[in-house]
Amino acid sequence: MAKTSSRDRMSSEINAGSMADIAFLLLIFFLVTTTIVEDKGITVKLPVWSEEEPDITKLNKRNVYSVLVNAQNQLLVRGELMRVEDLKDNAKEFIANPYNRPDLAEKPTKAIISLKNDRGTEYGTYLSVYNELKAAYNELWSELSMRKFGVPYSDDLPLAWRKDIRDEIPFVISEAEPTNFGEE
Amino acid sequence: MSKFAKKRGKASPAISTASLPDIVFMLLFFFMVVTVLRDSELMVKVQTPFASELTKLEEKSLVNYLYVGKPVKKYQQVYGTKPRLQLGDKFASLAEIPLFLERHKVKVPEPKRPKITSSLRVDGEVTMGIVQDIKTELRKSNQLKVNYSAKKKPD
Repeated sequence: MAKTSSRDRMSSEINAGSMADIAFLLLIFFLVTTTIVEDKGITVKLPVWSEEEPDITKLNKRNVYSVLVNAQNQLLVRGELMRVEDLKDNAKEFIANPYNRPDLAEKPTKAIISLKNDRGTEYGTYLSVYNELKAAYNELWSELSMRKFGVPYSDDLPLAWRKDIRDEIPFVISEAEPTNFGEE
Repeated sequence: MSKFAKKRGKASPAISTASLPDIVFMLLFFFMVVTVLRDSELMVKVQTPFASELTKLEEKSLVNYLYVGKPVKKYQQVYGTKPRLQLGDKFASLAEIPLFLERHKVKVPEPKRPKITSSLRVDGEVTMGIVQDIKTELRKSNQLKVNYSAKKKPD
């Protein structure tokens, strides 16, 4: 029997037929363990902790947009009942005050939103209220951005532009310590 | 020569499966890239509410998750049906939040620490009481970047 040279042995290929099986096995493993998570949400910046409550009674009343949510998930906006659906447009009008009405904010930089809820308020309601307020600001920023730069406001804008816009219409929201009437 | 010669006689050529591994590997890599291995089993029911003004959480390693909701059926015997907080893979009390945050923080390289975000995955039906307590606790531990997890509102 002739001795096969090592060159001959090298040229004999490795059987790759089972490669597909191995890959399938791994694929199925990853398919099963995968959860394509939607990690999205409303980002907020909490105020720094301090013992005493900020006092908003000193502020000029026309600049404060008070939103109260009770344990029955009802909304009281500046002393009037309101539906969540109407909150955004109302808030926009308050902040921008296009007709210079004396009972709305002097200018956007002075507007403060005061949000207060009850411990019994549903989280879903709270978040939708917060969402509407944020939406009001987002729309105002977009409008301003369109006027100034000709592009809608987004996080992709240059930092200087965003800062410019947010200086003109700052998002100031003050959350008071909740009341406790409705928690079971 | 008839046009409709019987083909039966000829052995049908086998379809080449040589490219099958390539296709499978492609799929495999796709799933490997998008996969996030779930690190903790959910012990509470979390059905996040809908919202429209969403921001995406960028770096997963800079996010710590706090789950709040009613315990799932399995644990209701022991833990009841009141909303509870889950940190990592176990139920926790509010007092454990600072330690939980600290444990996560030490794993993050120092320059990135100010960017750490807490993702609050809270069930929509939970009342604000427990959420408020958690917020207070986060403020006390100076963890101010918070993301209220929510789903995109279907149009």
